[in-house]
Amino acid sequence: MTRPNLYRAAAFLGLLMISAGLRAELQIEITAGVDKAVPVAVVPFGWSGTGAQPPQDAAAIVAADLARSGRFAPMDRKDMLQRPTTGAQVDFSDWKIQGTEVLVIGRVVQGAGDQFQIEFQVFDVLRGEQLLGYRQATNAADFRRNSHRVADLIYEKLTGIRGIFSTRIAYITATGPADKRVFRLIITDADGENPRIMVESGQPIMSPAWSPDGRRIAYVSFENRRSEIYVQDLRSGSRKRVSARPGVNGAPAWSPDGRQLAVSLSRQDGNLDIYTLDLDSQVLTRLTSGAAIDTEPAWSLDGQQVYYTSDSTGRPQVYRVPAQGGASQRVTFEGSYNARPRVSPDGKQLAVVHNDRGNYRIALVDLARTYTQVLSDGRQDESPSFAPNGETLIYATREGRRGVLATVSANGRIKQRLSAVEGDVREPAWSPFPPN
Amino acid sequence: MTILKSVAALLTVALLAACAGPSKSTVDENAASSAGAQTGAVSSGVSDSGAGQGGAMGGSALGGPGASQENRVIYFEFDRFDVKSEYNAVLQAHGKYLSANPVSRVRLEGHADERGSREYNIGLGEKRAQAVRNVLLLQGAASDQISTVSYGEERPAVTGDDEEAWTLNRRVEIVYGQ
Repeated sequence: MTRPNLYRAAAFLGLLMISAGLRAELQIEITAGVDKAVPVAVVPFGWSGTGAQPPQDAAAIVAADLARSGRFAPMDRKDMLQRPTTGAQVDFSDWKIQGTEVLVIGRVVQGAGDQFQIEFQVFDVLRGEQLLGYRQATNAADFRRNSHRVADLIYEKLTGIRGIFSTRIAYITATGPADKRVFRLIITDADGENPRIMVESGQPIMSPAWSPDGRRIAYVSFENRRSEIYVQDLRSGSRKRVSARPGVNGAPAWSPDGRQLAVSLSRQDGNLDIYTLDLDSQVLTRLTSGAAIDTEPAWSLDGQQVYYTSDSTGRPQVYRVPAQGGASQRVTFEGSYNARPRVSPDGKQLAVVHNDRGNYRIALVDLARTYTQVLSDGRQDESPSFAPNGETLIYATREGRRGVLATVSANGRIKQRLSAVEGDVREPAWSPFPPN
Repeated sequence: MTILKSVAALLTVALLAACAGPSKSTVDENAASSAGAQTGAVSSGVSDSGAGQGGAMGGSALGGPGASQENRVIYFEFDRFDVKSEYNAVLQAHGKYLSANPVSRVRLEGHADERGSREYNIGLGEKRAQAVRNVLLLQGAASDQISTVSYGEERPAVTGDDEEAWTLNRRVEIVYGQ
């Protein structure tokens, strides 16, 4: 492991392409919502500025976000009897008659240059009270992202749960015929808009993993016809090859402090074991050994434990080992197959791929009681990833023979399907919360 | 079929060994079974099943870069990485070829079917490639002649989500000249 070799900045020529010009890659469809979604009206925001209209329709973005959560049913604009933009213009009786429970109004005010303020108010229609009033500053480039942030604030006020509309999702696509397959690592906003191709290759790309600060992404690339682990900075696009040891270099997982990756390496002996790799010093620490396949590490919230998949008893089950080294302990016992653990944001559960009567499905394992709850209903579901608020998981499933993504709420009730325009979509990874 | 293959393999191997001259390894009919005993990865020698089936060998080499496509792919059972005995002859031939041609290089590409998690399948593909590697080493190949890579389920040979497709995707491909 010579340092210059591992730290060699890779050439991007022909391989790396960052693009912001794609059409929406993911189309999102709610397949199951709550029984009674809360009726909400998001009135088109007022505008005071130089142009004919603001850069984006903030109210439409907010309404779409609330609808996508499955918990809210926004009113169609054409059904609105009034379109107030200030609190003084609101007549609650009209909204009450139409059964609206929550009313959102707002104004976009242009400041100097390309600066804007998105001012909004949220009302409880039945009580005739303001629940929230807020002013969100933005520039033109971040207008959409900040509109999602408005939706996050509204969602949190109404549900008590931090919103995830301004988060992002990374995933892998595979398109084209088998002999000319193109693999891409793509990042979109949580609503499927604004897709950016981070890496494109004629060889497989796997296992994207967000750094805890959301600024970097680690992944496995076969661009040199072997598995290697890269870390890429999202803003600049520059990247480092951090592990290209003999054999398998796979399954990168960031430590909570962002300083280490847990990885699965086969090295010389062809047998996968879990290691931690310090990104600054390049020091490798071996955590497991033996003939089993040990892979798919995931850190506990406090960084003290590493969960992983091992087939040391014959079939894959989840184990954990102290991150500083020590004895491994089996974690999953229910069912013949539990693999690829991901720790819930509250640290109380693991999402796993679980064999449910011959079907591979997403399940939650309660760590205190080791109780397993199956959440998905496909035949080949895999790669679960928690939204940072823990309320929802995204995972890969099949629609016919195509790979698509789906989300399911942690209570199993709200489901969505996210399909691409073409090809297979797989290995979704939900970003952390954006910095405030 | 298996017997025919095995006989052909032994003949091919004998020819290759003869070409390579006396300095290199000699053919040992029991090599496959002793390999099995040592690694646990290979079950015993020549199987007697499938006798009497036709299947002309056409004189093509079982091992080496001239081997037909079907003799450059080793298939595996679900969730397993032990090399089935039906491949003994083919792998013996490849091993002897490598032994007789020290400058020859081979790359073993391990694959899995699509079921289960992706990184675990990378592990499974690697185990399969290593199992084939071990057999080739026991047949006289040198370790620096062999490289391995696992593609897991990322590079299926055929698309499809049925047993037929899965069977064809659980494999190690033997690629010469790498």
